[in-house]
Amino acid sequence: MSVSNIASANLGLVEAESESLSSSFYDDYAVRNFTIMAVVWGVVGMMMGVIIASQLAFPALNFDTAWFSFGRLRPLHTNLVVFAFGGCTLLGTSFYIVQRTGQTRLRFPLLSRMVFWGYQAIILAAIISLPLGYTSGKEYAELEWPIDILLLIIWLMYATVFFGTVAARKMKHIYVANWFYGAFIIVIAILHLVNSMEVPAELMKSYSAYAGVQDAMIQWWYGHNVVGFFLTAGFLGMMYYFVPKQAGRPVYSYRLSIVHFWGLIFTYMWAGSHHLHYTALPDWTQSVGMVLSLILLAPSWGGMINGMMTMSGAWHKLRDDPILRFMIVSLSFYGMSTFEGPMMAIKTVNALSHYTDWTIGHVHSGALGWVGFIAMGSIYYLIPRLSGKKAMWSTQLIEWHFWVATIGVVLYIASMWIAGVMQGLMWRAVNSDGTLTYTFVEGVKATYPYYVVRVTGGALYLIGMLMMALNVFKTVQGGGVVDARIAAPSPAHA
Amino acid sequence: MDILFVLVPLSVLMALCVLGGLWWAVYRGQFEDIEDEGRRILEDDQ
Repeated sequence: MSVSNIASANLGLVEAESESLSSSFYDDYAVRNFTIMAVVWGVVGMMMGVIIASQLAFPALNFDTAWFSFGRLRPLHTNLVVFAFGGCTLLGTSFYIVQRTGQTRLRFPLLSRMVFWGYQAIILAAIISLPLGYTSGKEYAELEWPIDILLLIIWLMYATVFFGTVAARKMKHIYVANWFYGAFIIVIAILHLVNSMEVPAELMKSYSAYAGVQDAMIQWWYGHNVVGFFLTAGFLGMMYYFVPKQAGRPVYSYRLSIVHFWGLIFTYMWAGSHHLHYTALPDWTQSVGMVLSLILLAPSWGGMINGMMTMSGAWHKLRDDPILRFMIVSLSFYGMSTFEGPMMAIKTVNALSHYTDWTIGHVHSGALGWVGFIAMGSIYYLIPRLSGKKAMWSTQLIEWHFWVATIGVVLYIASMWIAGVMQGLMWRAVNSDGTLTYTFVEGVKATYPYYVVRVTGGALYLIGMLMMALNVFKTVQGGGVVDARIAAPSPAHA
Repeated sequence: MDILFVLVPLSVLMALCVLGGLWWAVYRGQFEDIEDEGRRILEDDQ
């Protein structure tokens, strides 16, 4: 189904209403549309990333305009890649997995359609309002209050559909992926509600309910947990379903996956203050954040090893299955960035890394490497199954996508690591008489070549995404809408 | 740092919910024969 078809397609409710006929089929309307839109927003969001990276290297590309300047496009980039690309992938896969693992049809068909269209409306509102300069000024929560309220409503509908379907499952056990998605849905609702507390002044202007360091603490409690529950827990749900499916093997240790889940969600929520080392935040709060961040390494690596070891006895499949390779490389980036994160949370390391491009490198090792790759692997798994095809249009093109994207990530993070450490060292260098060795602008000048390398890396990653878009278009083109039949619960579990 | 009087109780409440969820899962038999549950998803789309 092409993008234009989505708009014109009937909502699929006719089938949904004749329950007796359709109750033996899964309801994949929202899954299909979210998956397609994930690819579309991926292209747009990553293109926005390449644009702002170019603006940093070549400031003339701001064109002396307000709406096309780095300051306005940067939040648009983060919103598009995190909430549009990441969000569409998360919502689509959660609706897919909750039906399959529960062997039941999605509950509340009308609500699930409203979730899809409402979520797209929010993304459109972001694309319009952010370049126009409407922002609440809170990182990853820039959208103004009317959009915040719409998001909360859509999110509660999403929770209703998801948990309603969990409750309607045909067997006793709730598969571990659903626990990860469930935690993601609940925690994001709480984070959004608390962090976005604001006093509206007019239609598109509000003031945060918190001030000064209080606002900073709330903001990074939110920001860190968005990384923890949106970009980690949700995508781990994806990992625990699609890695075993694509490898054709059960998860290495199901027991460990349960320990991973409870350990991760319990530990994550205390670590946000590591974003505010050496600020006006009380010292003990910073130390608590640092210690809890270090503890977080344990559940993260437990999960990473669990995903990797799912391949044991099936490693040969990596040779000719690029989809599986996407998933396994994503796990290695998950391992790398969840090691790097706790290290950067150590105050003495943070004294060097904070405010430098090292942080940007760290974020992108997680975002491009872990989140992007597991999302791409899952989308490649889903697209043929949702459009009644046996495989993607071109496996060769997936292969190309894999290599181009991998080289892109490596260029991106390596350049930002070097740039970041260099900036940190230049900023702290002092002469024997106590004056600074370098002016700030000397640091900027020294960073220039790394900014150019970063643009190259980002552009390669974008080219990979364009290959994916072409491959997806060619796969779904001319195909009908296929809803899969619900598998009969095996007697042992019924 | 009045905000800690909001964040700490809120985080403790969330942690208690986590423990409550774990309690529910353990005593409602979610983890009875768990290695089998890992294998089951491989058969769910035929």
